[in-house]
Order: sequence, then C-alpha cells, then structure tokens
Amino acid sequence: MASDRINDQTLQENQVAGNGLLDRRLFLMRGVQFGVISSVAASSSLAATTSENNPADPVWMHVPGKPFSTYGMPSSFEDNVVRFPTQNEAVPGNGVSWTPLHLMEGSITPNGLHYERHHNGVPQIDPKQHRLLIHGLVKEDLIFSIEDLLRYPMQSKICFIECGGNSNAGWNKQPSKSEAGYFNGMVSCSEWTGVPLSVLLDEVGLRKKAKWIIAEGADAFAMQMSIPIEKAMDDAFLALYQNGERIRPENGYPLRLIVPGWEGVLNVKWLRRLQVTNRPVMARNETSRYTELQPSGKSRMFTFPMEAKSLITSPSANMVLKTPGLYQITGLAWTGRGKISKVEISADDGKTWADAELQEPVLDRAFTRFRLPWNWNGKPTVIKSRAIDETGYVQPERNKLVKERGRHGFFHYNAIINWHIDSDGFVSHVYDKDEQQQKNSDISIDSGWD
Amino acid sequence: MNNNRKILISVLIAAGINSSSADEIKDAGPGLGHKASPEEIAAWNISVFPDGEGLPEGEGSVVQGEKIYQQKCLACHGENGLGATADQLAGAQMGLTSEYPEKTIGSYWPYATTLFDVVRRAMPMTAPGSLTDNETYALTAYLLHLNNIIGKDDVMNASTLPKVKMPNIDGFINIYDIEEKQK
Repeated sequence: MASDRINDQTLQENQVAGNGLLDRRLFLMRGVQFGVISSVAASSSLAATTSENNPADPVWMHVPGKPFSTYGMPSSFEDNVVRFPTQNEAVPGNGVSWTPLHLMEGSITPNGLHYERHHNGVPQIDPKQHRLLIHGLVKEDLIFSIEDLLRYPMQSKICFIECGGNSNAGWNKQPSKSEAGYFNGMVSCSEWTGVPLSVLLDEVGLRKKAKWIIAEGADAFAMQMSIPIEKAMDDAFLALYQNGERIRPENGYPLRLIVPGWEGVLNVKWLRRLQVTNRPVMARNETSRYTELQPSGKSRMFTFPMEAKSLITSPSANMVLKTPGLYQITGLAWTGRGKISKVEISADDGKTWADAELQEPVLDRAFTRFRLPWNWNGKPTVIKSRAIDETGYVQPERNKLVKERGRHGFFHYNAIINWHIDSDGFVSHVYDKDEQQQKNSDISIDSGWD
Repeated sequence: MNNNRKILISVLIAAGINSSSADEIKDAGPGLGHKASPEEIAAWNISVFPDGEGLPEGEGSVVQGEKIYQQKCLACHGENGLGATADQLAGAQMGLTSEYPEKTIGSYWPYATTLFDVVRRAMPMTAPGSLTDNETYALTAYLLHLNNIIGKDDVMNASTLPKVKMPNIDGFINIYDIEEKQK
C-alpha cells in the first residue's frame, strides 16, 4: 500500500528497527499514504451505506441540511463507537463500562465515552440538595453547597483516571479475545476543572494529627476510601467540570474528587463527605478489594499510583490489515508517577525496538498519544509497545510481572501487550512465546466485579 | 505558583497591598462554608474504624443474624455464604497461597469492623441503608461465626466487635508507607 512516491529505497533508508519499523520523520514527508486498518465488524455496514451515492454529486448537496441542535450528538455512522458494559446480573448497577480506546484517536476522552465503574448504580443527584461536609481533625467543621463551591478559585488539569482493575484479563492464562479497549479501557483522560482540595482544607484548618482523609460518595454504596493527607494537600482537587461541561452523572455529578495518577477508586464520585483522621478507615474497598494477593500469601495494600503502561490501539485485536505495505502504528501511554518520557515499539516480537513519536504536549499524569510508521511485509509477526516514565520505570513484560506478583493480584496489571498479525493481516492478542505452555489450562482468574 | 494565586497577588499589588501579605493569603478561598453542628456531623458520619470509633449502640446475636441472612442476603451470597451472583463470604477451602485462592471474610479480611461498616452502608444492594444497627450487628455476628471466628453464643456490639481478631490481620503490606520511607 506504499504510494508511488515512496519507493523501496526510501523505505530501506528509513528503517529504525527490525521488520519494517520506520523513522518518525516519514510522517513529515509528502505523499505518504497509510494503509487502511479496518475493524472486522464495522467494514460491511460502511460499504452498504456509501454505495448508493455518487461522491461527485452526493444527495446531501441537494437537500437542506438538518437545523441546529441544543446538544450535538455523534454521526449516526459512528454508532459502533460505544462503551462496552459488563455488569452483575443480579445488580445491574454494579459493574463497569469500557472506553472503546481502539476506535478513538487523540488523547481526550469524550464525556459520553469515559469509562464507568459503579458499585450500585448512578445516583440522580439534585445539586441544590447536595452538600459536602468536611469534618474530623480540623479547627472548624464546615458544610459547603455546590453553589458555594462554584464561587471558589478553580484550576484545570488534563489527567487520566484508571481503575485499579483495568486490564485484569491479563492475569488469565488465556489471552483475552476482546478488542483492545474492551479489556484495557477502564482508563480515560479528561480535562477536569474544580477547586484545589488544599484551599478547602486550609479553610477548615488541619490539626497537627491529621494524616488521612476519608472520602465518601452519595451513591447507593456510599463508597468510601482513605487518602493520605500529603496527596490531598498536593494536587488533589474537587472537580465540578469535565471537558468544559458539568461532570456527567455517571462520572460523579455534581462533585468528584480527583486524585491525579492514583487508582480510579480513590477519585470518589458524588463526593459528600471528607473526614480528616489520623489513620485509614480500612474500608471494604481498601482491604477485601483493591489489595493484591501475592504468591507469598501476603497482599499489597495502599498501592496508590497507577504504574506506567502503554497500549497500541491500532492495529489491535480483531482488526485487519488488508494488504502488505505502509501502516501507522498508534497508541496511548500514561503513568501515575508523572510524565511519559519514551515509548518504544517493536515489530519483530521484541527483538529490536524504536522510539515512537510522542504527540505534544506530553502532560503530567495524562494520556500521551504515540505513533510510528511501519512497513508490513505481509508475514506473520508480533508488534508491541513499552512505556518508560520520567522516574525511569520501564513497563514490564508479562512474564516478569507474573513472576513477581503471581496471578491473583487482580489489580494493577500493566504488562506489555502483544498483538499478533497473521499472514491474512488479522490481529489477535497473544502472550509471549515462553508463556505458551500455560495454554493447557483455560481456567480464568478470580474475576467478577464485586 | 498557580494562576489563581498570580491573579490574586496582582489584584492585591494593584490595590497597594505588598506581596508579603499576598503570600500569606496564598490560595485562600472565599470562606463560604457554614459551620456544621455536632448533630449534623453525627447524622452524616457512618464510618466505622478498626478501633471501634463510629460503632453505634445496640447489639445482635448469631441466631438473629442467621434469620436475617436467609431473608435478605442468601439470594445473592448463597447458602452458608458460599457465594452466588455476589461474593463468597465464608467456607474457603483453598488457602491464599494455593493455585485457586479463596478470599473470604475469614481467610482474607483484616478487620471485623469493616464488615459492620459495609453492611450498614451498602447492604442489601436492593435496599441499602435499610438495616437497623441491631440487624447489622446480628449479621456481622452470623458471618463471623460462619467463618469460625466467633462462637455460636457470642454477641456483637460496640465493645465486643473491635476485639475480634481476624485470621489474616498480618496478611497485608502497606506499600504507601514503604514508598514514603524510601523518599
């Protein structure tokens, strides 16, 4: 699929790693055409709807268009770009919906596609009847209305929120067969705007013994989590807006605690209470859940930051590369410990690696989009990406992570994800070769959301 | 220095206030909160801590708890807490180091007070917050007994519950503490 203007010699000269990975500067060359990567499910419907029209003189140029709308919606032709819900059969409000990362570009998640994790549904909160109480080891216990909080000095931060349980299918002995976003999309990235928590904590006046803050939501689970005071005073804030509009109900309307880079569950939605204490409350979700059982039988607890991770979103599972030729590999990287400093891509199953182009601006604790051109020779191979963050941490291979943590941690799975491309261009998820012996067993991990 | 502070300081400087007093104001908010009374806080605060802080008056027995469990919990958590559409709560056969570990209240949970806390705030999922404190104590007693942690005649209340020692109390490593000390 290389265009006429890019000849074999140019491709040869621009190799940066094995099996066809090409220099990032190729993006700047004129006349570069990338091959079409299609999702198996979507391609047929697209063909059916466009065949009726002559693009030179389409019917929509001969009839007046639709009038204005009060709130815009995506094109009806994009109705496959949706979240994928999986929930408890007996309690439909207990579950998750996954962001379709494999169908998206850029680094901001539209509000209607931000992932969801609810323990007992989405409360329908009247903001006039909602209050935030801050109490405990403070000089003055105070109650704030939403109207009050809207009058406070605000700040905006673009940051990701990732569920501690994201990608947990990776602990399974068999690789997931789902699309990339539907087993890694419990992570999304928004611009959140609100009041720095430190401003409110200064107003209530922390007492000397204050060490933790218990944050509680006004949902039917009254979800509560303990957060160290250092983080609360550092960069935590109370968000009222998400991507410029008031937070969606499923993301915490009217008030959400944002704890940048830390486990999603700490970013308490529908925030109604902050109790300042000298110790954690040892809530259900910081003891029996969101702790990681290790091979020793001991469990890791209070594992707050989400470690560096990357994911090639295209080409990815269940997509097809129609012909050999030039393709754009693209994906997302993020780290709860600051900025992504580098993303490396391999197109020869990890033998050689090349630096991907990072989309500017690279922001602290936000999605970083990466891309690299690749000339696929039509032969089966494995492509993968690995993220390196500013602390020097390198995203681990799966076998290293499993060796270190065992397979029953359930949370904090951040291993490198491999996409196998067969000779027909079909993409599927595979584990490393030395893990193939595990294929004898197909018994899944202790999965489930509650 | 964030933008709000910059704006605030420039306003203060423009008003003839020097920057050292502006620094004292820093990110000061407008002070719009109103004072919460002890009664308001008591009505609002439902958190229970491992040392028993937050536990209400009242009590419940294993026998009482078993009856409530049959009516309100069994449909999701199964016979004898063995699990169904919701968590397995008791009856772990496989240990935490086995190939298929079972994480139940008895095998995994570090604090008995957590059980009271989560049942009172969130259970049953179809009618959260509907159990009385006595019913919550009773269910807590039943589930602890089901896990062979307390006796059949034991009664749970604000004094007895925090004294219950859970088998897996030493099963957790505080990673945050370790990382903070390394800083």
